[in-house]
Amino acid sequence: MTMTTTNEMTAAPPAHRRIANADLIGLAVILLVAAVGYFLFPNNLALLTRIIAAALLVLSLDLVTGYCGVATLGHAALFGAGAYAAGIASAHYGINDPLAMLAFGIVAGAVAGLICGVVILRAHGLPQLVLSIALIHLFHEFANKASSWTGGSDGLSGIAPTALFSLYEFDLWGRTAYVFGVALLVIVFLLLRLIVRSPFGMLCRGIKEDPIRIRSMGASPKIALTKMYVISGAVAGVGGALNAISTQVVGLDSLSFTMSAESLVMLVLGGTGSLFGALTGTVVFMFFEDVVSAANPFHWLTMVGALLIAVVLFAPKGIYGTAAALITRRREAP
Amino acid sequence: MQPIFEVRNLKRAFGGLAVTNDVSLSMAPGDRVALIGPNGAGKTTFVNLVTGNLKPDSGAVLIGGETVTSVDAIGRVRRGLVRSFQVTRLFADMTPAEHVALAVLQRSGRAGRLFGNFLGMPGVMAEVEDLLGKLGLKDLMHRKVSEIAYGQQRLLEIAVALALRPRVLLLDEPAAGVPQSDTGRIEQALADLPADLAVLMIEHDMDLVFRFAKRVIVLAAGAIIFDGSPSEVTKDPRVREAYLGSYANASHAA
Ligand SMILES: Nc1ncnc2c1ncn2[C@@H]1O[C@H](COP(=O)(O)OP(=O)(O)OP(=O)(O)O)[C@@H](O)[C@H]1O
Ligand SMILES: [Mg+2]
Repeated sequence: MTMTTTNEMTAAPPAHRRIANADLIGLAVILLVAAVGYFLFPNNLALLTRIIAAALLVLSLDLVTGYCGVATLGHAALFGAGAYAAGIASAHYGINDPLAMLAFGIVAGAVAGLICGVVILRAHGLPQLVLSIALIHLFHEFANKASSWTGGSDGLSGIAPTALFSLYEFDLWGRTAYVFGVALLVIVFLLLRLIVRSPFGMLCRGIKEDPIRIRSMGASPKIALTKMYVISGAVAGVGGALNAISTQVVGLDSLSFTMSAESLVMLVLGGTGSLFGALTGTVVFMFFEDVVSAANPFHWLTMVGALLIAVVLFAPKGIYGTAAALITRRREAP
Repeated sequence: MQPIFEVRNLKRAFGGLAVTNDVSLSMAPGDRVALIGPNGAGKTTFVNLVTGNLKPDSGAVLIGGETVTSVDAIGRVRRGLVRSFQVTRLFADMTPAEHVALAVLQRSGRAGRLFGNFLGMPGVMAEVEDLLGKLGLKDLMHRKVSEIAYGQQRLLEIAVALALRPRVLLLDEPAAGVPQSDTGRIEQALADLPADLAVLMIEHDMDLVFRFAKRVIVLAAGAIIFDGSPSEVTKDPRVREAYLGSYANASHAA
């Protein structure tokens, strides 16, 4: 699987500062979009929260696929693990504090990431893709069979998060959940910005390009990629837990092949190897899925398909990646 | 002096063709050895075998007295055996500064760090600028590798190897593809290496070989046919024969 990449870090001399500026701009854009969404769709905050959860999944996928070049169609396993862990903690163990549920989600996501990483990283290319598909089916089937824990195909219900910080109830309009989601997204985004430009992030980019060269520098690609998988799992776990907390149900679809494939579509749509690309792709795809499908229930899938083909053919770096490349080129040639 | 690097009876065949045929050699700290031989003699294969990029059929490799034949490529690098590649292997999307910084960070056990950036690490940057300065790449250090000339990529390949601070350095045709005007930089960088580092350089440029090496090993058809001083190599009848036709340079350069 070949994918064109955009990295946020094309360091030029005062690179520090430019990077820090990009962080601030990114933060400002996220908050602005979040605020606009809040005022445009005050009656549909649940949708916006779902977009945020999906964005966390796509960011997580970007870490292993965009930054490390791992081919996977099973990434929802990490998201679903987080969702079920947070949900089960509440529904079966009475752990209803949202932050505690979140912690369960993060740990479960990280563990699922470790398991998937260990299995998937044994292969490369097409066999790797097949392993990832096998894994998501196994996870799905396991959740289906363990119905006394997961509710099976009926879904897991009885999730009842208490007030956030014992202050903010999760209201019917989904305001608390939305603000909680935006806060989580911002925190995760900033942490990931740190990680992708850290020495470890640089190591992973090297592994993506030439693992043999990395070995000749004395570093182990396998250990680094496994570590990235665990981080990716934690991020997906945040998304899963957010989903469980905000919707108060967890269904098998959160552990599905469909969701895995859709997250890959969102990532490619926005642009792999860039956190902004992951966010852009999610927002565009989810917007199409929910808003356009409501306006035009018959043709929205056609439109998504056409959009995807157009992007892959004419903007192979994705929507964000292509836009960023254009801007860079313009800046360099005044 | 105890050898820092030793190869014993190394053998490897590809489909019946012995590409490395019972090769033995040993190097002491500070050695400057040139490994020469006609195209297809098995020089690169030898490097691949000793660094663990390829498995030998039989034989042993020792670093600092320790047998590393069953140690993987990563473990051998960590024991100080570092190579450069004949065909440049660099990360097209990364900058020279990032390449060298990654090597420095890896060497010092910091390549797994999840925070900070090498641009903000004065110690790392000092080393990056020093090394790239020596190889004349400082002005390009923040350009993507895909945007710099091949000759400069060759120099970067050497910078990465040096940044790992090896005990034994294997250079596979470091000057191939480097413009004549820049080979001086390679020589200078080699001359600046720590005195106790053992260097084995594969090279076709005989002028470079004779200025650099105090010992020359000639490989032909997978076997060592000569191991001695540079002054004797061109007089050796077997070497002349091996090079006949394929390589008129050898006699002319002496
Ligand atoms: N993986 C391989 N499979 C089969 N044959 C190989 C393989 N690698 C090398 N060879 C063969 O082994 C022989 C030696 O190749 P090698 O690359 O080691 O030569 P070399 O001395 O480095 O040559 P050059 O000076 O051209 O770099 C060649 O005949 C080559 O075709
Ligand atoms: Mg060769």
